[in-house]
Amino acid sequence: MEQFQGRAVIPGQVKGKAMVSKAGFNVLSSYMGALVSNGKQTLCTDQNNPDLFQKDLSGAILCIPQVIGSTTAGMLIQTVAAMGIQPKAMLFSATAESLAISGVLLADIWENTKIVTVDGLGDRFLESVRDGQLVEVAEDGSVTLL
Amino acid sequence: MRLTNEEQDFLDGKHGTILQKTMETLIRYGDMYDAECLVPLDGPVHLVCSFGMPALKPLSRIMKEMIDAGIRTKLPFTADPQPLDYENVTANQQEQEMYQLLYGTQKEYESMLEKLGLKDEKAYTCACYFDEVGNTPKFGDQLAWAESSAVVYANSVLGARSNRTSGVMEFFSGIIGKTPKFGFLTDEGRKADWIIELKTSSLPRPQILGSAIGIKVVEKVPYIKGLDQFLGTELTPAVKDYLKDMGAATASNGAVALYHAENLTPEAKKDGEGLIRENAPVYIIDDAELERVVNSYPILWADLNAKPERAFVGCPHASFHQLTEWTEIFEQALKEAGSDKVSVDTVITSAPDVIAKFKETEHYDRLIKTGVKVSHICPLMYMSNPLCAKKSIITNSNKLRTYSTARYVDDETLVNLVVKGGF
Repeated sequence: MEQFQGRAVIPGQVKGKAMVSKAGFNVLSSYMGALVSNGKQTLCTDQNNPDLFQKDLSGAILCIPQVIGSTTAGMLIQTVAAMGIQPKAMLFSATAESLAISGVLLADIWENTKIVTVDGLGDRFLESVRDGQLVEVAEDGSVTLL
Repeated sequence: MRLTNEEQDFLDGKHGTILQKTMETLIRYGDMYDAECLVPLDGPVHLVCSFGMPALKPLSRIMKEMIDAGIRTKLPFTADPQPLDYENVTANQQEQEMYQLLYGTQKEYESMLEKLGLKDEKAYTCACYFDEVGNTPKFGDQLAWAESSAVVYANSVLGARSNRTSGVMEFFSGIIGKTPKFGFLTDEGRKADWIIELKTSSLPRPQILGSAIGIKVVEKVPYIKGLDQFLGTELTPAVKDYLKDMGAATASNGAVALYHAENLTPEAKKDGEGLIRENAPVYIIDDAELERVVNSYPILWADLNAKPERAFVGCPHASFHQLTEWTEIFEQALKEAGSDKVSVDTVITSAPDVIAKFKETEHYDRLIKTGVKVSHICPLMYMSNPLCAKKSIITNSNKLRTYSTARYVDDETLVNLVVKGGF
C-alpha cells in the first residue's frame, strides 16, 4: 500500500477505482457530449486524451495532473454536478488550477454537491497510480493506493 | 482572508442571501490560494458564457435570481461571441434543429445579460480588448476575466493582471466589483517558471509556437527569448496580432495565462531577466521541434482526403488589421489562380464592432467579392453541433483544432485549399 498526502480542497471519504489521465483534464472537451445531450451521455468526448476518451466520467475518481483548456471549466463542473453526473473525486498531482477549484466550490456552495477534491499529491502519485486501481481518499487529504 | 466591514456585511447576509453566497464563493475561492484580501477591479469583467444552452441551468438560475433582486455588475461587461449567424454561416435544416437543442435559450440568455449589465448589443467577442470594442485594460489594471485567449492577451501584451477566472466566478467578481488577490494579481505570481529559447531559422507560425509552448509549460509562465529578433521590439498592430494568436494557442494547448517576450512585452521590457525564477528550466524550440509538434496533431476526419466543406479563420476573433490583410491575401491568391471566387465556403470571424468599422472600408466590398464571408460567431460553438463536427472543416486556428474536429492547416495551405477547392 502506498500513501500520498495532499491538500483537502473539498474534504471527504471516497473509495473506488481510479481513472487516470497522464495529460491535463480538458473539462470542456471531455463534457461536450454531456452538454449536448443534456446529461444523458456521460462518456468523455475529449479525442485528444487517449487515457479518458469514451470512458464514463460519471462517478469517476479522476487522477489527473491538472485541468487545462477553456475557462468555462468551473461553470461546467458546476453544471455536471447539477445534472448528477459529476465525478466522485478529483485527485490532482499538482496544485489545482483556479478553474478546477472554482468548479468544485460552485458545486459545493450552489448545488450542495461535494466532489471530493485533493490537490498537491505530487508527481509520484500519478506515476504510481494505475488505471482501475482501488484507491481510498480520507478526510485529511491522504490518498491510499490499495 | 482579511475582510473590510462592508465585505463582512455581505458575508453576514445583510444584503440578502444571493449576495451572501456570492461573497462566500469569492472568499472561499481566495482562501484556497491564501489570498490576503479582495481587491477592487479596475475594469469591467469579461464573461466566457455567451451561449444560451438549456443544459446550463445553474448559471441561468443564479442570473435569474440576481435579476429578480435588481442586481447588476458594477461596470458594463463584455462577453464571448454569439453562437449563430445563419446569414454568413449557413446550416441546413437538420443542423438548425440541432442548434435549437444546443442553444435553444439564446434569446432568453441574451436578455438576461442585458439586464445584468452587458455593455451593448455588440459586446460579444472573445477579443474584448480590441480598441474598437473598448474593454481595453491598462498596464497594471486588476481584473477578473474569463476566456483564456483574452486573459493571456491582457496579462502578457497589455500588462494587466487577471487570473484565468472561471465562468460564473468572473460574473460574481463583476457583481461584487472585487476579486481575491492571488496568483497573477501579485508580483510573485507573474514571475517566469520556464525559459523558452527560440532557435528557429525564421519567424515561427504563431499558432505552432504557442502550441509548443503550451504543451510544454502547461499552466506555468514562460519567458520567451528570441522573438524580438523577428518581431522587433514594438507592439505594432501586426505584432499584437501575432501575440494574440500565439497566446491563444498557449492557453488552449496548455493553460498559459501569462507569457513574457524578451524586449517586447511590457513587463519583460521593464524588468527583463529579473522576471525569471531561479533555476528555471530551459525549453529550446528549433525548426525540428516545431515540425514534431505539428506532426503530433491527430486528424479527426473520417476521410483524410475529403474536400474541405468550410474554412474558418479568426479564432480568436480577427483584428481590423487582420481583416484587411486577409482581403489582400485572398485577392492575390485568386488572381494568381485565375479565379474570381473561393471554391470552399470560407468564413472570417471577428468582433461586431470591428466588423462594423471594416464594413465602412473598401476592403469589405473587396473581401465579399472574393466569396469570403465575415461573421461575428464563435467557430468553436459552430463545431459543437455534432452534425457539423462530422464535416471536413479546416482552420488556421490551433485553438479551434484543440477543441473540435477541425483540421489545422497553415495560412498558405488554407488559402491554397479554399482557392483550389481541395487537397
